[in-house]
Amino acid sequence: MIQTHDLRKKFGKLCALNGISVDLQQGKGVSLIGPNGSGKTTFIKCLLGMVLPDAGQICFEGQSIAQSWDYRKHIGYMPQIGRYPDNMRVRQVFDLMIDLRKDCHCGALDEELIEEFGLKGSFDKPMRTLSGGTRQKVSACLAFLFNPAVLILDEPTAGLDPIAAEALKAKVLREQQKGKLVLMTSHILNDLEELTTDVMYLVEGNLLFFQSVETILEQTQERRFAKAIAKIMTNQGQNQHIPSLQKVVL
Amino acid sequence: MRTPLFILSIFLITNLGAKTIQVAPGASIRQAIDRATAGDTVLVRAGTYYQYGIKINKALTLLGQDKPILDASGQGEIITISADKVVVKGFRFQRTGRTSITDWAAVKVLSAKYVQVLNNHISQSYFGIYFSNADHCTARNNTIEGKPSEEQNTGNAIHAWKCNHLSFSDNTVKGHRDGIYLEFVTESHMQRNFCQNNIRYGLHFMFSHNNTYSYNRFRENGAGVAVMYTRNVVMQHNHFEQNWGSAAYGLLLKDISDSKIEHNTFDNNTTGIYMEGSSRIHLAYNTLQNNGWALRLQANCSDNVFEKNNFLANTFDVATNGGTVLNSFTGNYWDQYSGYDLNRDGVGDVPYHPVSLYAMIVERIPAGLMFLHSFVVRLIDESEKVFPTLTPSELKDNQPRLKPLRP
Amino acid sequence: MRILLRYIAYDILRSRMIIAYTLFLLLMSATMFSIESNPGKGLLNLLNIILIVVPLVSIIFSTIHYYNSYEFIELLLAQPIPRQRLALGQFLGVGTALALAYLIGVGIPVLLTGFSAAALSLVLTGVMLSFIFVALALLAAVRTRDKARGIGVALLLWFYFALLYNGIVLFLLFAFSDYPLEKAVIAFVSFNPIDLGRILVMLHTDASALMGFTGAVMQQFFGSGWGVLYAVMIMLLWFGLPLWGSVRSFSRKDF
Repeated sequence: MIQTHDLRKKFGKLCALNGISVDLQQGKGVSLIGPNGSGKTTFIKCLLGMVLPDAGQICFEGQSIAQSWDYRKHIGYMPQIGRYPDNMRVRQVFDLMIDLRKDCHCGALDEELIEEFGLKGSFDKPMRTLSGGTRQKVSACLAFLFNPAVLILDEPTAGLDPIAAEALKAKVLREQQKGKLVLMTSHILNDLEELTTDVMYLVEGNLLFFQSVETILEQTQERRFAKAIAKIMTNQGQNQHIPSLQKVVL
Repeated sequence: MRTPLFILSIFLITNLGAKTIQVAPGASIRQAIDRATAGDTVLVRAGTYYQYGIKINKALTLLGQDKPILDASGQGEIITISADKVVVKGFRFQRTGRTSITDWAAVKVLSAKYVQVLNNHISQSYFGIYFSNADHCTARNNTIEGKPSEEQNTGNAIHAWKCNHLSFSDNTVKGHRDGIYLEFVTESHMQRNFCQNNIRYGLHFMFSHNNTYSYNRFRENGAGVAVMYTRNVVMQHNHFEQNWGSAAYGLLLKDISDSKIEHNTFDNNTTGIYMEGSSRIHLAYNTLQNNGWALRLQANCSDNVFEKNNFLANTFDVATNGGTVLNSFTGNYWDQYSGYDLNRDGVGDVPYHPVSLYAMIVERIPAGLMFLHSFVVRLIDESEKVFPTLTPSELKDNQPRLKPLRP
Repeated sequence: MRILLRYIAYDILRSRMIIAYTLFLLLMSATMFSIESNPGKGLLNLLNIILIVVPLVSIIFSTIHYYNSYEFIELLLAQPIPRQRLALGQFLGVGTALALAYLIGVGIPVLLTGFSAAALSLVLTGVMLSFIFVALALLAAVRTRDKARGIGVALLLWFYFALLYNGIVLFLLFAFSDYPLEKAVIAFVSFNPIDLGRILVMLHTDASALMGFTGAVMQQFFGSGWGVLYAVMIMLLWFGLPLWGSVRSFSRKDF
């Protein structure tokens, strides 16, 4: 569904993406993990067209996304930090998004999450009066609202209370089973476990590996996903002096 | 005892011989004058007379009944007076000829004395009333209106050259080149005249000493009032207002000396008073308000005294082009004064410096006017008040009043 | 673009800062006209304040607004709309809100006090200055990633146009006072929208005669219909060019 080919991006001297080539297929739950500053957010922003890559290509359903904006109608995005204009009411934020996308969206709106979060009760509150968690709920609802084929969730569960986090995860899982591609990042490995089918591991702009969870568990001889990842991280720490990390044997 | 009797007898004799000749429309005024002898009255009946070139060379009274119209149809001069003691009263003069060779006027007085021009209405004339080498003459209660066109095509409403003891009063003059023009005129009085909308100056005089101007009103003239090369002028209770053009003055003084300018009002002029090369003038009890520059004092002016004047709401109170100060300011009211009066005697305890730094800048670089009403100007003016450096420190009023004087 | 304009302007118009700004302008207009019996003089006094306050508030407010909406802009960038449209929507939203605040705070009292060419030009100048300084703010903010630095740049820009530029020109006029500068002054004026606005208003008041007194060229130039047209065109350039620049930068920027 989304292919990247040799994606490169530098911010000054900092190499954020150093030749990333992946193929993200529909129906997958891809977890993007790696230490801080490894290029996760840059990668997501490249897919969304917020960051323009220096080199390489991104194709959405076979079409290059360079100079194009139309493809974004198939993407739902939930940012890590949701900040909204202070004096807009929740209802208006939804109305704005619906107005913005009314030309490219004609299907029914997916209001499942709004119901589950009980957000309707807060619809007339100004955004500035909402707590961080409620704002996250708004962000999540907006991502799913237009029933997009691809969901990009940046730290989706951060700041959510456990009940809401569970509701969100259940929703993600349902969507995934409908054959949608879900790309997400998270610091809390446990959180992603049940949603993840594949793992993309980035370190300093390099793609360390991109493999399915089964393969990882098999190779690390671990049963728990989190432990397997932790093991890789430790290994990677020991191997830091090795220049090419592309082919770490797990 | 003898003298009054003598005068009485002369009066009786001349009066006894006088007769009145009447002229009706269609008849010739010139012929009527020819038939008259000195002391007679020519009474012109109401109506329109298309006549011009009427010469009065004997002491007649030419009297209009119910304002008869004398129309020259643009051909020449209407009345030319060359005898003493002529009276012209109660006419409507219109449409004199215009030429650049001769100064044609509605009424011209040439080398004659004691002539009176009274209660006439003059319109569309080249010159209105014209006195040349005529002493002791009077122009009273006349209205002279022109259609302002180009300066070259318009003469002066009242013009006097080389005369003394003139009296111009209660005239209204509009739309000419100069409202009242005097050259080499002395010992004369101008009172209660109203000069408006003249293309050049409302009042203009040169080399005209010992004259008094009072209770006149000069309004909306192209360049205001200009007086030049003259001494012993008294200007009192006049109004100079709305002379608001790019080069207009309320009053322009050039080489004037030993004069008094008192109790006048200067309101809404680009420059209230402009003084150049003038000295020993006493300016007091004047009110200068809403002018661009209340007073522009060139550095070649000396020994002038400005006291007890009101300066109100002017963009610039005083501007000068030099650092030396040979004039004195005292006891004026300045609305921009922000000092204090601890002993409560009505006089501020710190001197007022009426020249702002910006006024100095503009005087030196006129293009600096582009900053008028800008923040930077306010800033430099305020800082100059705190630390005076460039403005002439001696130009100050040591006794600024805290309240305006009653006019 | 229109959708964004509507929602953004609506949001700003309800913010406390814009309400305070409107009330401040209302208060200023009311005081100026009540203490000054001559409406022409009141207009000039008001002009003095407007020329400082409107650019300052416009540039600072829109800079802060831009940085505060950064995350929201990111979210909008992820929506299926082209970037140019987003940038224009952002600009028009902020500009419209500030211009509306000005129209309520100054336009209504001024036009109620007396409808004249000067009053109308004051209102137009304020509206144009609002948009110009929003465009300048956007240009500076889009090109500066750090918020504190962005606000610093905005303040510097305001300081430059409100004060520094005039200081420099004044110095130049002094330095070249032996040369005929009347025509150069027209050029000098054109390079600062605040000066241009001030002269546009002033030429419609009595003060124009003062300018004509010595700067006859300027009087003739800006006093004519062509001069006014020129001034308005330059003002339009002053907001068109920064806007074009900021939209361009916005389209090529990494968020």
